[in-house]
Amino acid sequence: MSTTEHRSTGTIYEQVQASPEFADLRSRLRRFVFPVSAAFLAWYMAYVLLASYAPGFMSIKVAGNINVGLIIGLLQFVSTFAITTAYGLYASKHLDPAADRIRRQIEDAT
Amino acid sequence: MSTLAQAPAPTTVGNVFVNIGIFLAFVIVTLVFVYRASRTNRTASDYYAAGRSFTGPQNGMAIAGDYLSAASFLGIAGAIAINGYDGFLYSIGFLVAWLVALLLVAELLRNTGKFTMGDVLAFRMRQRPVRAAAATSTLVVSFFYLLAQMAGAGGLIALLLQIPNSNRLGQSVVIAVVGILMIVYVLVGGMKGTTYVQIIKAVLLIVGAAVMATWVLGISGFNLSGLLGDAVANSPKGEALLNPGLIYGGSSLARIDFLSLGLALVLGTAGLPHILMRFYTVPTAKEARRSVVWAIWLIGIFYLFTLILGYGAAALVGAEQIASAPGGANSAAPLLAYRLGGEILLGLISAVAFATILAVVAGLTITASASFAHDVYANVIKRGKASPDEEVRVARTTAFVVGIVAIVGGILVNGINVAFLVALAFAVAASSNLPTILYSLFWRRFNTTGALWSIYGGLISCVLLIIFSPVVSGPTSAIFKNVDFSLFPLSNPGIVSIPLSFLLGIVGTYVGTYVGANREVDEAKFAEMEVRSLTGAGSEKAIAH
Repeated sequence: MSTTEHRSTGTIYEQVQASPEFADLRSRLRRFVFPVSAAFLAWYMAYVLLASYAPGFMSIKVAGNINVGLIIGLLQFVSTFAITTAYGLYASKHLDPAADRIRRQIEDAT
Repeated sequence: MSTLAQAPAPTTVGNVFVNIGIFLAFVIVTLVFVYRASRTNRTASDYYAAGRSFTGPQNGMAIAGDYLSAASFLGIAGAIAINGYDGFLYSIGFLVAWLVALLLVAELLRNTGKFTMGDVLAFRMRQRPVRAAAATSTLVVSFFYLLAQMAGAGGLIALLLQIPNSNRLGQSVVIAVVGILMIVYVLVGGMKGTTYVQIIKAVLLIVGAAVMATWVLGISGFNLSGLLGDAVANSPKGEALLNPGLIYGGSSLARIDFLSLGLALVLGTAGLPHILMRFYTVPTAKEARRSVVWAIWLIGIFYLFTLILGYGAAALVGAEQIASAPGGANSAAPLLAYRLGGEILLGLISAVAFATILAVVAGLTITASASFAHDVYANVIKRGKASPDEEVRVARTTAFVVGIVAIVGGILVNGINVAFLVALAFAVAASSNLPTILYSLFWRRFNTTGALWSIYGGLISCVLLIIFSPVVSGPTSAIFKNVDFSLFPLSNPGIVSIPLSFLLGIVGTYVGTYVGANREVDEAKFAEMEVRSLTGAGSEKAIAH
């Protein structure tokens, strides 16, 4: 861990934090995780609200004994698996290379 | 969490000796792993974080082992068998919650912290007050969770070892044995040993559930609709089994209560200290991400199996037999195992359910002991001047004390319905931990006052609302039936305490800035935290043995 202080320009962490490359990494992370978190929380709360306030709608049969409620419930699983996979791909393509590069810069500088 | 209900008449099935034999085999195998792990337990990082040497997939399995408690295996399968769709609702909240951990918490926490949640919360704040607050909430969450697991042990013992609830002494002896085993795992094996116990248990649990689910589907000709039809035909609830509302329908208050529970479930997981601590057992943030990805797939697939098992138990065993068996709804999965594969499969599933309690309780104990030794002893009492060896010694002593408290507490609350403690642990985690974790990672201006207001505000409001809720006192309560001081109508406090804690974090931050308690943001510390959390620079490294 480094706490090398450069009074005029701030610590290495402050220098990195102010760099455009770090700002780009941060915005790429936030551009993915904030909207996706908002979306899945809204989708989950919509499901909970439907189950408590619209049981009639949830009970409509679609195929055999499979009703809307079961399908929406299973879709929650599908969306969770899909977001998990999408984030893994996004992170290894758009986050990890930049994070590794910046980390090496910091470790070389200290 | 569904109640581990009282056992009525002892109409038992299965062979106790098979159950015990298979369980003993599990104990012996895990003890071998724990003993082998103990030989590389040298440093504090070994004891608390298994030397950060587990891979993502290994840690993902351990997370699943830590998270899938007996309540979520037996409880959810039983709830689906008896009440159908509403049991399924639970598992969805428990699963979706993992996205919060994946997207917002796991990697950033791994990069910033060392051993405990307090490391991250106190990173750029005044150390002593924030660490004391983090440790308080860690201990409260872990204690409630622990007590709920131990109390459930009584119901499980009745079910699996056929020691009826009337035999208090016999059950107490078994609870003590569970507690002592758990102390041995933690003291001898540290985090590495505990992790192996959780991995072995997770594999057994998921394979067992997979075999049973495939078997059930095979019987119904791999026709889900047909299976649901059989469940409906064999259930006194009929068609209603497939629709929401059997547990949470009815009054508008019950519906708000369900929203409250749903909120606590989805936001609580990423604030559970024993889950957060698992992210420190891998070498890098990338491995932390892989472990959550593995955990999500394993937990999700497991919950899909429980859906089949629940409806399968309704179809093949029947609600009446389940309700009249020792252990009530919790016996749905074991009875289904007996119906499918006789004594051997029942013994396997019973042993797995029992192993589940051991693994979860060991994880909670090591978390509580780490938080006390690392946050309270080393940083609050010794002001960061304790040697790592001293710290580990305190952690081991604390683990021993926590184990004894769990045994005594488990014996005292045995039979009392304290299932609401699990929901309370999630509500406390969601309201006292999650807001501070998110604010300190993502909000520059957040300061010590904000952290303290949010942690203590969330914790105190949660506990008070529970004390004054209908689950503690009043005619329908579990604990005090004869008095009624239930001023708050909901049984889960989440819908009030979670927004309140988020709000207190903001108000506290501005008040702290205004009164000058935190004159300015520590820019250097914030820069270090932000850069470290996103890049992994300066993060704790793995130990090579």
